[in-house]
Amino acid sequence: MNVTLAHYLTLGSMLFALSIVGIFLNRKNLIVILMAIELELLSVNMNFVAFSHYLGDMQGQLFVFFILTVAAAESAIGLAILVLLFRNRSNISIDALNTLKG
Amino acid sequence: MLLDAEFLSITLVLVYVGAVMVLFLFVVMMLDVSVDAIRVGFWKHFPLAATLGAVVSLELAGVLMGGFRIGVARPMALPEGLPTPQGIESLGNLSNTKALGILLYSNYLFPVEIAAVILLVAIVAAIALTLRSRKDSKYQDPGEQIKVKASDRLKIVKMAAVIDEPSLPVQAGVAEGGAVAEKPKS
Repeated sequence: MNVTLAHYLTLGSMLFALSIVGIFLNRKNLIVILMAIELELLSVNMNFVAFSHYLGDMQGQLFVFFILTVAAAESAIGLAILVLLFRNRSNISIDALNTLKG
Repeated sequence: MLLDAEFLSITLVLVYVGAVMVLFLFVVMMLDVSVDAIRVGFWKHFPLAATLGAVVSLELAGVLMGGFRIGVARPMALPEGLPTPQGIESLGNLSNTKALGILLYSNYLFPVEIAAVILLVAIVAAIALTLRSRKDSKYQDPGEQIKVKASDRLKIVKMAAVIDEPSLPVQAGVAEGGAVAEKPKS
């Protein structure tokens, strides 16, 4: 079976929709939301690589590197904020985050 | 791998397994989340999530279908307005890793440096957010050490001359004059 561009785009869109559902389904746990955001970035990366191959252009793959950098930085800062939050509140439920004043 | 992007596939696997997954695992281990609390709001948010997922899926499917109906008419040729793909002529027969490296360090040097700065900012922010200094640690403060003056350490007290009892006539003249009392560490 020949794998065409449409298959990659379909896989990317499926991953994206799955991560959107994951964000909205899980209102309890911040870790799962961070993982869903990572999954979104990965699906966009998949689109980039697929188009990079099918257009014969290396720039798509280069852009994936920068997305990867930003995703790593984002997850690192997000998890640091999460640790800080757990230290102050001793839970990471989103329902407990309804106070704006520290 | 299938898309002739070998270096990128290995890099993605290494980064996500080696860095991101270990980071998430550490946080999950540190925070000891209870599993039962996660399950509580599952069915409450399920209709909203299902609706939104369906909407997003339909939109993406519509975009894909529309895109490929156009794509049938002009099958995967480069659009006319776009510039010619970079590096294909000169980098055509190099390996994927070598081509990426040549492009990354010649045409894309400035974005690479910006990415490096972003990573540095992430490191600094993550450490600054989670660092706790111990209260009982002993350390030197160089600012305090430089700022110190002689009057903080040594206090000169004027006092009246003390005359010893002339028990021994030989040492009678020793304690003459103003006495200077040294007081270490006021």
